[in-house]
Amino acid sequence: MTNIKPSGFKYLKDVSSLKLNVDACIGCGMCEIVCPHRIFTIEEKTARITDVDACMECGACAKNCPVDAIQVDAGVGCASAIIKGWLTGSEPSCDCSGSSCC
Amino acid sequence: MTTPESTEIENSKNAAPCCCPPAETVEQSDKTPADAPCCPPQETASCCAPQDSDKPGYTLSPFVTGWIDTPTGQTPQIATRLTRTDLYGRWAMRWGIGRDRYRITPGLYAIGTPDDKAPVLVSANYKLSFDCLRSSLQHTDAWILVIDTKGVNVWCAAGKGTFGTTEIVKRCQLTRLDNIVSHRTLIVPQLGAPGVAAHTVKKETGFHVVYGPVRAKDLPLFLANDMQATDEMRRVTFTPIERFILTPVELSMMGKTLLYAMILLFVLSGIGPDIFTFKAAWTRGLNAALPLIAGLISGSVLTPVLLPWLPGRMFAIKGALTGGATALLLAATLYSDAGLSLTLALTLTVGAISSYTAMNFTGSSTFTSPSGVEKEMRLTIPWQAGSLLLAIGLWISSAF
Repeated sequence: MTNIKPSGFKYLKDVSSLKLNVDACIGCGMCEIVCPHRIFTIEEKTARITDVDACMECGACAKNCPVDAIQVDAGVGCASAIIKGWLTGSEPSCDCSGSSCC
Repeated sequence: MTTPESTEIENSKNAAPCCCPPAETVEQSDKTPADAPCCPPQETASCCAPQDSDKPGYTLSPFVTGWIDTPTGQTPQIATRLTRTDLYGRWAMRWGIGRDRYRITPGLYAIGTPDDKAPVLVSANYKLSFDCLRSSLQHTDAWILVIDTKGVNVWCAAGKGTFGTTEIVKRCQLTRLDNIVSHRTLIVPQLGAPGVAAHTVKKETGFHVVYGPVRAKDLPLFLANDMQATDEMRRVTFTPIERFILTPVELSMMGKTLLYAMILLFVLSGIGPDIFTFKAAWTRGLNAALPLIAGLISGSVLTPVLLPWLPGRMFAIKGALTGGATALLLAATLYSDAGLSLTLALTLTVGAISSYTAMNFTGSSTFTSPSGVEKEMRLTIPWQAGSLLLAIGLWISSAF
């Protein structure tokens, strides 16, 4: 298609907090379905992470894993929210109500 | 479908009791049962609202074209074509105008003439999401379950948890959805997944969650294809157009900061050999305002649009490079007689502002992780602040 391939949009390496516990995985495939960057595959009834650097820590996989085999520090990636988090010592949260800004 | 656009626009500001053409309204005005729709069920397409929707203090939403009888009462039937009002609203929204008011009342809506076997699509109560969904379903019969996300789009609300398991469960119960449809499937947008635990929804409501495609425009194909999405439909993109339409809101959100920065700039510009003069504040201030605005445009318009082609992975670096190039362009044209120290101040200012605002665009991007954003902020904010302070120092000393 005309869409730019995701390789044009590589973010920082070795930062994602995504962890998959292969032993707990039952191979249901929900993570593969929900990941917006398509980084999971199911091989021999177990999920595998193909490209952890493409993970944006949205948390969809962990939330939909029925056996809690996936861990990720999901959160908002707005710089202003992170600054507010630093200043107030709280969890970063977007104040951008109602737009597609985050 | 047959409702003229102009009627909807005219009615949008007033309580629109009925969308029938005037002639029909007169015909029916003497004796329409208060609780029945004024047209036969098979003609529900776009005829009219029941008389009891005309209540003091209530306004019929302009996108409602009729009513459908269900076992739990009447459900509003909605238009699949966007009017000029909708399009103007979308434009205003992109500029951040009236964002807090752009909500849809949560609940169940009908598209076409759905029956008990029609699919149920879950959506957010943000009008742009709702408009996007309904305009993608032109020849479809479906139920739309709008959940309360406080007027925030699906992905953003899912990240905060307002588009989430609890709200879906609550909305299924409030609308008594299990009385309206005979199947037990909810189609939830894939980008809602960060907030929704499919297995919990199933346990609490009996409804099985099927994740639909990322983009609403793929829904007709998804539905026709036995609810199977292709890999392409499940993948998030970030096309030049997708990036560009986000830039106005970035700019408008910077508005307040820009105002404070301008005030500070004019004050700083007044400092000189005579300690402070308003004349200098004005003339020198005007001269310094342009780099500020140039930095802002470079960071929140140019950098987002050129994003994948700019070198570096950090948005702050991409922004600094664009800012540097913008500054050189200014130095070569409008500020060609500025001298070395002022040219340096110009470059540092545009570069730092561009870098910072570009870094803010991570919040709008579809591929940056919070861990990564935090890392790049720790690395680059000291440089941005240092550059700006140095530029201010150079600017003040140039007055002496």
